[in-house]
Amino acid sequence: LAHGGGGKAMKDLIDDVFISAFAGAAPEVLEDQARFNLAMLATHGDRLAFTTDSFVVDPLFFPGGDIGKLAVYGTVNDLAVGGAKPLYLSCAVVIEEGMQVEVLRRIALSMAQAAREAGVTIVTGDTKVVQRGACDKIFITTTGIGVIRPGLELGIDHVKPGDAILVNGLLGDHGAAILCARGDMALEASIESDCAPLHELIELLLDAAPGTRCIRDATRGGIATVLNEIADASAVSIEINEAATPLRDEVRGFCEILGLDPLYLANEGKIVIAVPAQESEAALAALLAHPHGQGSAVIGHAGLGEPGRVTMQTLFGGRRIVDMLVGEQLPRIC
Amino acid sequence: MNTPLRMADATSSVEIRVRGRVQGVGFRPTVWRIASRLSLDGDVLNDSQGVLIRVRGVASTIAALVEELRASPPPLAEITAIETRPCEGELESGFVIVDSETGAHARTEISPDAAMCSVCATETLDPFVRRFRYPFTNCTHCGPRLSIVGGVPYDRATTTMAPFPLCQACGAEYRDPADRRFHAEATACHVCGPAARLIRFDGRAFSFEQHSMLDDVDAALSLIQKGEIVAIKALGGYQLACDATRPEAVALLRQRKRRDAKPFALMARDLDVVRRYAMVSEAEAMALESREAPIVLLAATGPEDLPDEIAPGVKTLGFMLPSTPLHLLLLRRMGRPVVMTSGNLSDEPQLIDDVEAAAKLSAIAPFALTHNRDIANRIDDSLVRHMGGRLRVLRRARGYAPASIQLPPGFEPAPEILAYGAELKATFCLIKDGRAVLSQHQGDLEDALTYDDYRKNLVLYRGLFDHRPAALAADLHPEYLSAKLARATARSENLPLVEVQHHHAHAAACLAENGRPLNADPALAIVLDGLGYGSDGAIWGGEFLLADYRRFERLGTFKPVAMPGGAQAIREPWRNLHAHVTAEMGWPAFAMNFGELDLFAALTAKPLASVDAMIKASVNSPSASSCGRLFDAVAAALGICFDRQAYEGEAAARLEAMVSAGTLEEEGDALAYPLPIPNLQGSGLPYIEPLGMWNAVFGDLILKTPASVIAARFHKGLAKSIAAMALKLARRDEEDAPARFDTVALSGGCFHNKVLFEQVVSRLEKLDFVVLTHSRVPANDGGVAFGQAAIAAAHLIDAGRVRQKAS
Ligand SMILES: [Fe+3]
Ligand SMILES: [Mg+2]
Ligand SMILES: [Zn+2]
Ligand SMILES: [Zn+2]
Repeated sequence: LAHGGGGKAMKDLIDDVFISAFAGAAPEVLEDQARFNLAMLATHGDRLAFTTDSFVVDPLFFPGGDIGKLAVYGTVNDLAVGGAKPLYLSCAVVIEEGMQVEVLRRIALSMAQAAREAGVTIVTGDTKVVQRGACDKIFITTTGIGVIRPGLELGIDHVKPGDAILVNGLLGDHGAAILCARGDMALEASIESDCAPLHELIELLLDAAPGTRCIRDATRGGIATVLNEIADASAVSIEINEAATPLRDEVRGFCEILGLDPLYLANEGKIVIAVPAQESEAALAALLAHPHGQGSAVIGHAGLGEPGRVTMQTLFGGRRIVDMLVGEQLPRIC
Repeated sequence: MNTPLRMADATSSVEIRVRGRVQGVGFRPTVWRIASRLSLDGDVLNDSQGVLIRVRGVASTIAALVEELRASPPPLAEITAIETRPCEGELESGFVIVDSETGAHARTEISPDAAMCSVCATETLDPFVRRFRYPFTNCTHCGPRLSIVGGVPYDRATTTMAPFPLCQACGAEYRDPADRRFHAEATACHVCGPAARLIRFDGRAFSFEQHSMLDDVDAALSLIQKGEIVAIKALGGYQLACDATRPEAVALLRQRKRRDAKPFALMARDLDVVRRYAMVSEAEAMALESREAPIVLLAATGPEDLPDEIAPGVKTLGFMLPSTPLHLLLLRRMGRPVVMTSGNLSDEPQLIDDVEAAAKLSAIAPFALTHNRDIANRIDDSLVRHMGGRLRVLRRARGYAPASIQLPPGFEPAPEILAYGAELKATFCLIKDGRAVLSQHQGDLEDALTYDDYRKNLVLYRGLFDHRPAALAADLHPEYLSAKLARATARSENLPLVEVQHHHAHAAACLAENGRPLNADPALAIVLDGLGYGSDGAIWGGEFLLADYRRFERLGTFKPVAMPGGAQAIREPWRNLHAHVTAEMGWPAFAMNFGELDLFAALTAKPLASVDAMIKASVNSPSASSCGRLFDAVAAALGICFDRQAYEGEAAARLEAMVSAGTLEEEGDALAYPLPIPNLQGSGLPYIEPLGMWNAVFGDLILKTPASVIAARFHKGLAKSIAAMALKLARRDEEDAPARFDTVALSGGCFHNKVLFEQVVSRLEKLDFVVLTHSRVPANDGGVAFGQAAIAAAHLIDAGRVRQKAS
């Protein structure tokens, strides 16, 4: 692809890639905006949820996913963790000149397929090609609209001491997969990204545990970051148990070799859930019943300790502070 | 003689102000005794500034009083100033101690806990006095202080002695100015004070043969002698004790405490027992018997040996003598050393709470010698080592903290400052009235209990010292929990925050400890440690800084080498070795020249491809110019802690222990490994280049040179290179300019290595440098808070001066 020069022909080509990929899914795609029937939206609930996110990832294709899939599921999950049913997506793409049309087509098709699987429609979009070096291969921004079912009040500041903290499966797969793919870490273990849409799982969870306080997707910064955000916002302490924290052996080994703490590794299909203690069993059962909830576990509890403080009971019996990182993981030992 | 005497014969009234640590140490009764003996009229009282004495008498007699106070103050007192001026008020005849008004007397300083004095020890062992075998005997000259304090003023009511009202006999002593226990806030006896009890942690009843044991304390010893592990509630926390001469007991303790290889501290009844296992110099004996009563690191070269399990891989033993009556009584019948290690699971702080101790220690020790006085503040045993002709405090805790340290000339106008210290070996430091109060060692802040303790102590110290900081100071490191807390506190209390580079803080700690004035010329600070966050965002750890309190210039460094795996590279020394090999000669050259070494095979068995990929892709492989990591790498090359080190600094400690004294002393410098000083590409900074050293080390390994010789040649080569760097940086030979510096300050944890320290000091002194070293403040990160505080003070003093000029 060339920047600028191709004029209309070039634009048509790009539009063709995306429009043909999203064909049938986007009825209003010929207008400058998507249009929704409010009465239809209102059948799903009483509040609109609206979110946007930009996706930049290196490499574009990695075991278990690609940037297109990530861009769809990421926004779907951002809606779902608020308790919303995801309905519509927009998609803006910035492409570095020199990008191969074939690669672009693969990404577009992957997005289309991800949207189909998540039951959302990509209703509008835009593409731009920029000079070499002005962006890195391709940046995708997706924006999503969903509708929140009546009566639901999830909030990061709703967690109370005593609440159980759950995750929906093995942690750190995405972060490990990306690092492996990026640096060719010469590891035998093949770790796939956990990239997945979680709205169905969350629906099941909310049916089983209607008292759920909050749900957060543990993407960048891993569960350590999410737990700290929850502890800060709700002014509670949170203690998790290393023995109860679900990790794949391959990820454990990967972290051992790279010296990384899995609690800080990114996930793309994992959520942290806080529920009242009496609903924790029902919540766990609901999670385990869904394919995206395999490996779910209660990993800890909120408490009355120092507000904002997250700690982990280690396998050695000590209790270690799990703090929010300012930058990347950096040795502190002198 | 005649005229002045007649002049002096006239009576006058004088007010004497005594400043320093003069409260709660028996100062007023000392004044009372001297004044009464000299027949002076007047009174003495405590107030917010210290002690105030008002006397009427002949000038020469008053001068004699001041002289005697200066010459022989009470043992725990530390006078910083005595000022006299004419007294206006009327004085009654006779001399009285005026009771402190409640609230009016803010304590000026809290004393450290002090080892029992000889008089109390004698009493405790005397069957004909009422404190015979009383484990909590103390007086104004000795006993618990910081460990029992909960608030100010320092009165019995604010200590954990509050629940023990004085009996009649103790009360009489307490009120009698002539008695050694006048206002001894912690005084007690069998009748009124706390009692020791031997219990089973599981609460089950048990009996010991009453007729053959003197009491519970003695019975605890019998258990130890039988090979049991016994928990002991000591002064600043629980301890775990067992017979040090029984390998199986020591091994069991190690296993149950989950403590891999870190040496155990020992306690012995007296010096004679210590001398059977270790060499004790005069200075070391004095340290052992001092009021501070620290653990003293001694050369394990006595006629008898202790099991290897005590201190695996190192040739030193850490001994202390009984410092409380409880320990004195416990070890009375014990002719052998006892392991006396902190009562905790590995990496956690020492337990102080009875319930928690029962929950956590019962799996280690079935029995506990406990008592019913609470420990208010956790204080570890201190650790000192005699190096380069002086005692050096390596871990500053019981006996030393919170004794204040005088700041150098020029720091008098410093406002109150609170410095948050580093991360491992955390301490904090307050500045008040031109003095620095460095907290006790608290440990690794990442441990939640340690962090809680650190926060609790911050509140305690601020209360005890009535401290209202005008500014905070912290490390530059973005992730230190101490620095994060400082940043949050600066925001919430709206205080300025001075962020201090780690090695600059080390440097300032050494300068300030040595009294180097605020406006002195910069000195070369050689700071060698593991890692610290550099002002360029890189990781530093072997630095040559031209520094004063205000600023520093980085003149030289160690070679930056990747740390594949970040902190994991510290735990696993082979990673550093591999990174060094690939960064220096490259793997193919290493394989070709040294492929026959066992070392080559051992490295090949590691996931090298992954590690190489990490370094190449810059995944968690920060580059560090560290001296500590060079030690790790060399140790790994000799097979020391190749796979893993069990505790921080283990590899370096074992490498030091391996050094052959013969090689060190007799072999010429020519065989010391070469570490030349080229300039870094880019920055042009001179650095210590290890390539030649590696070729020599591997060459020696091929020649089957003993590891002890290799270790000696490494230490020597490194010291030689460090001295050469100092000489090069001084630029003495430049014609039209004076040398850049004449003083060198040494700091950083690597200088706890005795061989390196002594080699570097003697080489620098031979080059006619003035060498400043640490002794009261640890060279490792335990001293960083002190340096931060000095640097922040310098900044604030300058800022104050600028403001004054402007207005
Ligand atoms: Fe340091
Ligand atoms: Mg937090
Ligand atoms: Zn005494
Ligand atoms: Zn009594």
